[in-house]
Formats: sequence, structure tokens, C-alpha cells
Amino acid sequence: MPELNMRSIGGVLARQGILIAFIAFMIGFTLWNPRFIEPNNVFGVVRSSAILGVMALGVTFVVIGGNLDLSVGSMLSFSAIVVLDLHENPAFGPALAIPAMFAATLCLGAINGFLIGYLRLNSLIVTLGMLSAIHGLTLTYSGGQNMDIANQSATWFDVFGRGTAMGIPVPVLIFGLLAAFLGILLAKTPFGRKVYAVGGNGTAATFSGIPRARIVFFTYMISAFCVATAGLIQASRTMGAQNTVGQGLELEVLAAVILGGASLLGGSGTIFKTVIGVLILGFIQNGLLLAGLEFYVQFVVTWVIIILAVWLDIAAKRGKLWSPIA
Amino acid sequence: MQQDRLKNLLSSGAIWGFIVLELIFFSIAGEYLSLSERAFMDLDNMLLLLKQSAPIGIIAVGMCVIMINGNIDLSVGAIFALCAIVMLDSMSWPMFDALGDWVIPVSACLALLTGCVLGFINGFIVWKTGVDAFIVTLGAMLGYRGLVFMYNGEQPTSNLNWTLVDMAEADILGVETPAIIFLVVVVVVWLIMSRTVHGRNAYAIGDNREAAVNAGIRVGPHFVMNFVLIGFLSALSAVAFYSASGSVNPNDGMLFELWAITAVVLGGTKLTGGKGSVIGTFGGVIAIQLLRKGLGHIGADSETVNLVIGCILIAVLFLDRQLNRKSTGELKV
Repeated sequence: MPELNMRSIGGVLARQGILIAFIAFMIGFTLWNPRFIEPNNVFGVVRSSAILGVMALGVTFVVIGGNLDLSVGSMLSFSAIVVLDLHENPAFGPALAIPAMFAATLCLGAINGFLIGYLRLNSLIVTLGMLSAIHGLTLTYSGGQNMDIANQSATWFDVFGRGTAMGIPVPVLIFGLLAAFLGILLAKTPFGRKVYAVGGNGTAATFSGIPRARIVFFTYMISAFCVATAGLIQASRTMGAQNTVGQGLELEVLAAVILGGASLLGGSGTIFKTVIGVLILGFIQNGLLLAGLEFYVQFVVTWVIIILAVWLDIAAKRGKLWSPIA
Repeated sequence: MQQDRLKNLLSSGAIWGFIVLELIFFSIAGEYLSLSERAFMDLDNMLLLLKQSAPIGIIAVGMCVIMINGNIDLSVGAIFALCAIVMLDSMSWPMFDALGDWVIPVSACLALLTGCVLGFINGFIVWKTGVDAFIVTLGAMLGYRGLVFMYNGEQPTSNLNWTLVDMAEADILGVETPAIIFLVVVVVVWLIMSRTVHGRNAYAIGDNREAAVNAGIRVGPHFVMNFVLIGFLSALSAVAFYSASGSVNPNDGMLFELWAITAVVLGGTKLTGGKGSVIGTFGGVIAIQLLRKGLGHIGADSETVNLVIGCILIAVLFLDRQLNRKSTGELKV
């Protein structure tokens, strides 16, 4: 596959197109408005992308394994509400609230993983159903109320969303460390290789003795873990959460993963490229804002960029621009 | 043999059996649990149910065609909202001032045209670039929603026209306009899918795209036509729904795609394409609406309804998988 693409300069351009587009975009916006590249602005963008980014890391595993996870948005609302509620609860307190919330979210991930991994149900429909079910669960849990911390005075719980360590905002630090850890897990360990194998060709993977069901199960557990982390950041950053805080986020997450070049058919994609995808989405949003365009224009621009990126990617693979569909 | 027939009956008739079960359950449960005076299976209540299921139902019929084709359309909710804005806003354009109440058909046509154009854009991109419909419409969902927000920010767009409201609330034998539109759409699209070449081709393409190409079916234009159809139906749904309400929020129509897909899957359409029916989808829409209404009738909150619907969707999928496991010929692990 690589040598096929290396044959033509066009192929190379298309292969790394998203990176090149990213760099061109950054240069363009910097020339337009030098404030764009200032450390303050860059950190601001990365920090506001951190929640989306952390979720995207987990979904990358699921997508490479050949499945989808549309339930991450409602799962984020769930974990943010739960952690805030337990944080207020005298029986738990912040210290116990965090592990309890992680456990609860991982249970949801286990349900996804069991249904899709072991029972082999279609992941699109299962996670669609879970999107609805988890949203219902969140509303039941919170009684339909939004959650706010009554005691707004600073506690150490703030650190996850608003703190800084060594001059770096903590959300960015969490995003970076998690990306590094999961990147190594995916690229350098037997587990990571098995995820690629299962997503690339599940039947072949089964015949070569890879426990397909278990691998799929673990990709959903990783996704749930990442969502729980994102929920923690979200809850701590705003010290309050709405039942709908994660609504629609699943599609933005998926957009970031696809933008990074992961194939929806499974078997390809990397953590590094997903991070690039997340950053592109973040910087586009920021750049357009600095350029004085309306906030919502970024949705339209994102749409165009996603389709261009995927189109160039598959055009490079098939060696011609237009599709072979008759 | 016996088992095959049983399987066929189960997979085609399951949804109607489910509806009957729901009716029996809610009628009996309603006797004991309901706070309302009226029985659940009241004629008025059933007619209201038909009217309430119209907006998602009309879209679900289009989604059924798209899914038989082996594609999916996630942008219907955004198209729905955008078309509603076009309809409501164009009624107050100065250039139409002279038309009086004749502005209504003009605005409705503009909205329908918008839907067709948006659907065409989706279909054309799928055809020419070969990018998967899932990604194209996922992007379009963001993009079209962006257009909706760009129009009026987060403010609602409203224009209440009383003539239009009267038209929307007119009824024949108690069946109100949105319900009539829904029924007509079901019948027309059912005829298209079961009686025309276009319908036969749709099944052929969904079943095996390569074979369809070899048989000389022009797959690309066929896709485009179906995307135009679902765009048109989303717009029609918006026209039917917003005629009476007269105000559209930029967030309206969110999650419609999920409801529509749920209804289609409940109605027995295969996700991989090639199998399914419009009548089954109609059953799916009614089943979901019955469930929501019935749970409300016996006093469940909307949150419980969400929970139950999610679980039922997964259960149906599981049942479907058990019934069709042999035919898929997959490796059992």
C-alpha cells in the first residue's frame, strides 16, 4: 500500500494532505492576524479542544476495531452529572466521587462492548439505542434538573478543569498524557496490533486465533474510560452540568476521527492523526472567529473540509479523482 | 420448511404483532394506572397519534428507501429545520407582498425546492466522489445545521399565518392534514418501491451493488434520485409540521435522523440494504409513537420513555440477529 501511494507526487500530497492543509491553514491565518500564533491563543484553543480530544482518543480505538460509538455524547452528560452529584453527596465527597463515576461509566461501556463484541450486534444501532437509553438514564438520575455545585468556592476538584501545572493547563496535560499512553498502546503493543487486525478483517483475525469479541469489548471499555475522563474535565471546568451537555458531541468526535484519516470500515487510523484532526477542528473554529466570521460558519467550513479530506484520501487510494460508481 | 415459514412470518409480521401487544398492554394498564379519564384506545387518541407521528414518519419513509439502497442519511434533521426557516421566512418577503394568501403555496414550493436541492447536493457528492454516504451526510448534518444557525443566530424564526393554520388543522373524517400527508406519502412511496423499475433497482443495488452495475443499472444517478426524494420528504415534513406552529427554533429537528433510523430498523429493513418495506417502516413509526404515547398515558416520564425505547431497539436487533443468523453465513465465535 505505501509504495503504491509513493509512486506519484500527487499521491503523497493526498496522503499527507490533511497535515499539509493544516500547516497551510496555520500560516495563512497567522499572516492575516499575527495574534493567531501567540502562545496564549494556541493554548486556549488546545484547552478548549481537550474535552473533544479526549473523547476522540477512545473513539479512535472503536473505529479502528471496525465499529462505531454514537453513545459517547450522552455518556459524557451522564458522567458529568454523576460526578457532580456525588461530589455534593456527603457520603462520597470529591475523592470518592471520581472513582465511583468512572466505575459507573465503565459499566455502560461494558454493556456496549458486550452487545457488540460478544453478541455481535450492529454497532451503529446498538450505540444509537444506547444514546437514547443513557440520555433517559441521566434524566432519571438527575430528576430532569441541571446539576450545579452549591458551594462554588474553590476546591482541589477544580484542578481538572481550570488548574495549571508547570504553566500548562491541566486539561491539555491530561489530553497529552492520555494521547501518549493510548498512542503507545495502539502502535507498540500486541493489543494494538490485534485491534488493527480485528478491524481490518475480522474473520481472518478469528482464524488466526485473535479473540475478536474480547478485543472489541476492550475498545468500548477504552472509549468509556476516555468519556469518563472528559466528563471529569467538563464537570470540573464549569462546576455545573446540563443533562444535554454532550448532545451532538458524538458527531463532532466522529468528525475529528475521520478527519484524522481513520477509515470507517476499520483497520486504519492512528492516535497521532486523530490528535491532528482534533486540533484542525479547534484551530479552524478559532481562526474563523479571529478572522471576524460568524461562529456558525465553522460548521459549514468543517463540512467542506471533512468531505475534501476523505475524498482526497480515497482518491489517492484508487488512483483517480472521480468515483467508479456508474 | 416449517421453520422457514415461521421465520418469514416473524420477520415480516413481527412489527404488527408488537403493535397489537402494545395496544393490549396499554389498554389494560391504562385501566389501572392511568390518571386520565379516557381509555387509551379512544378513536380521537388514535387519530392524534397518527398526526403526531407524521413529522418523523414522513422522513422515515424516505430513510427506508435510502437504507434499502444500502446508504444512510444523517442530515435529515438539519434539512427539516432549514426548510422550515425557508418556508416561514419567505412568507414575509416584500417581493411576495402582492400575493396575499397565495404566498402560502409559493413559500411551500420554495421549501420543497430547498429540500430537493440539499438532497441533490448530498447525492451528487456521494455519486461523484465515492465518499461513503455516512460521512457525506454526517458532514452535511453539521454543515446544514450551520446554515440554520447562520440565518438567525440562536433566535427562533417565526411567522404565524392564520390561513395556513386553518389549512393545517383542516380534517377529513377527523384525519387532520399532517396525517393525510403522511398516509399519502406512505402509499405513493410504497407504490414506487413495489411497482416500478426504480423500486426494483433500489432492492437490486442494495442487495449487491456490483451485480447491479453489471446488470446495467446506473447506480450513481439512482442514488442521487433517492437523496433528492428524502430531501423532498424532509421538506414536506417541515411544511406539514410548521404550518400550524409557525415558529422554528434553530435546534429543531435534532435527533430526527436517529428516530427515523430507529423506526426503519424496527420495521424490518436491513442495515446492509436490499431488504425492507415501506409498510414495515410505517409499522415501525406507529409502534414507536404508540410506545411514547402509551408510556405517557400510564404516567411514565419522558426520561423513562427514552430508556425503554433504547432497550427495545437493542432487543429487536438481537431477535433479528437470532432469526437471520443462518442466512448471513458468518463465522460464529
